[in-house]
Amino acid sequence: MHAFDYARATEPSQALDLARRPDAAFIAGGTDLLQLWKAGIARPELMIDISRLALDIVKPRDDGIAIGALARLSDVADHPIVQARWPLIAEALNAGASAQVRNAATIGGNLLQRTRCAYFRSGDMPCNKRAPGSGCPAIGGENRSHAIFGGSPHCVATHASDLAVALAALDASVRVAGPAGSRLVGIGDFYLLPGDTPQRETVLGQGQLICAVDVPATAGRAAYVKVRDRASFEFAVVSVAADLVIDDGIVARARLAAGGVGTRPWRLTEAEAALIGERADAAAFDKAAAQASNGAEPLAHNAFKVELLRRTVRRALQVAGGKA
Amino acid sequence: MTDSSRQRVALALAINGRRHRVTIEPSTTLLDLLRDELGLFGTKKGCDMGACGACTVLVDGRRINACLALAVMQEGRDVQTIEGLAEGEALHPLQQAFVEHDALQCGYCTPGQIMSALGLIGEGRATDAAGIAEQMSGNLCRCGAHPNIVAAIAAYAGA
Ligand SMILES: Cc1cc2nc3c(=O)[nH]c(=O)nc-3n(C[C@H](O)[C@H](O)[C@H](O)COP(=O)(O)OP(=O)(O)OC[C@H]3O[C@@H](n4cnc5c(N)ncnc54)[C@H](O)[C@@H]3O)c2cc1C
Ligand code: FES
Ligand code: FES
Repeated sequence: MHAFDYARATEPSQALDLARRPDAAFIAGGTDLLQLWKAGIARPELMIDISRLALDIVKPRDDGIAIGALARLSDVADHPIVQARWPLIAEALNAGASAQVRNAATIGGNLLQRTRCAYFRSGDMPCNKRAPGSGCPAIGGENRSHAIFGGSPHCVATHASDLAVALAALDASVRVAGPAGSRLVGIGDFYLLPGDTPQRETVLGQGQLICAVDVPATAGRAAYVKVRDRASFEFAVVSVAADLVIDDGIVARARLAAGGVGTRPWRLTEAEAALIGERADAAAFDKAAAQASNGAEPLAHNAFKVELLRRTVRRALQVAGGKA
Repeated sequence: MTDSSRQRVALALAINGRRHRVTIEPSTTLLDLLRDELGLFGTKKGCDMGACGACTVLVDGRRINACLALAVMQEGRDVQTIEGLAEGEALHPLQQAFVEHDALQCGYCTPGQIMSALGLIGEGRATDAAGIAEQMSGNLCRCGAHPNIVAAIAAYAGA
């Protein structure tokens, strides 16, 4: 296996300094990077250990919460204020991976995990994401797990994070630091569509560090519904995050995001629009769910996701709407 | 393969209460440190990819997959493995519960199951059988002993 050097960063500025080398990679929990390294897909010459940076703090404020990028998934899911005020985040985290992975993995690493597309992960098959220009065997091959939204002739791989789906529904922002300072990027702008550069997945530049995720306060009722091939410890076939504000029985705000269906976390804007001003009842939920797959472009093996997404949206609305 | 131009790093950590100082290649996983460098073969290597849980150990009391952790990143940590549980010939009560509930066949997954269960109990999540099954989903058993594994954990945890 490819060998690498190691450096432990104690300050964010030191991590950024070390990352000026283009062949360096940050390692946080290591649960995705070490998989990719073992498969020969990630080949850094220097691993910069950022796991001990003091960016692991969860800071609730009146208008939102700042979740440190190095916070462990299990610590965030167990945080009493996250559970009380952002249950969508806790539910999405607990629906992902295993207890062991959640204890090691971090918020920033989760957002940057690479796709589970088997062609990408295989290491020796062609893949435009891993070896630009080599082709996309998924488009004409095995594509049951691939995207029905946002694909391009170069790549149809889905984004695998459950957390990112919840954050998309909550209009979260990612706090990014680079040598030139820090900036806040809305989650809707953070992930890129594959287009003809599927190797670029986010707006994060080489050597830039995610410091935190900012999530605005929500008065909504939440539900995260994840459909998978086994009951636990599996990535989503389809997942839906719902955040509904209901006033006097009428839907005042609806935010819906889906996983397993898009090349990035996918907001379902037409289904959202169909809910606004409607009485929050089964008929309205059915009507909105019917709009969830508008614009879908299924592939040979994943057309079932079109109907599965509608049903998952309906379930998420029923669960969220049923909460007092 | 060793490459002489490559860095080696010093590492100090505690394993089952004993201090260890080693010099390793930075790419050594915690699992390979335990098995290949220290001869602690109780922690098993199944998938080496985080998917089976055979390599589960506790680091500062929390269960993780040793195969997806760099050893050098555990500097100063307190690692517990299956070797640390029994007192001489006297099994740890959770080990005893596995024996009594017939919670293993080939035994390959068992050290990981037991360390994961200890982590789970430490997390305070061993509430009922369904909850235990969900929280143990990171530990696969090819022999299909899951119902008995859940029963052994529930009996030990008093759930
Ligand atoms: C068996 C298994 C099952 C899984 N199932 C699920 C699932 O069901 N749902 C789900 O959502 N996820 C799942 N995952 C993925 C898991 O959640 C990710 O591997 C994990 O969250 C990555 O976090 P990490 O801290 O370990 O990242 P690392 O592996 O350390 O890093 C991942 C990437 O992010 C970069 N990085 C990390 N932190 C930062 C930062 N602060 N700033 C800039 N770059 C950074 C690294 O350089 C690397 O490129 C699973 C993983 C495994 C192994
Ligand atoms: S060997 Fe580590 S999880 Fe399988
Ligand atoms: S007892 Fe054989 S794998 Fe579990």
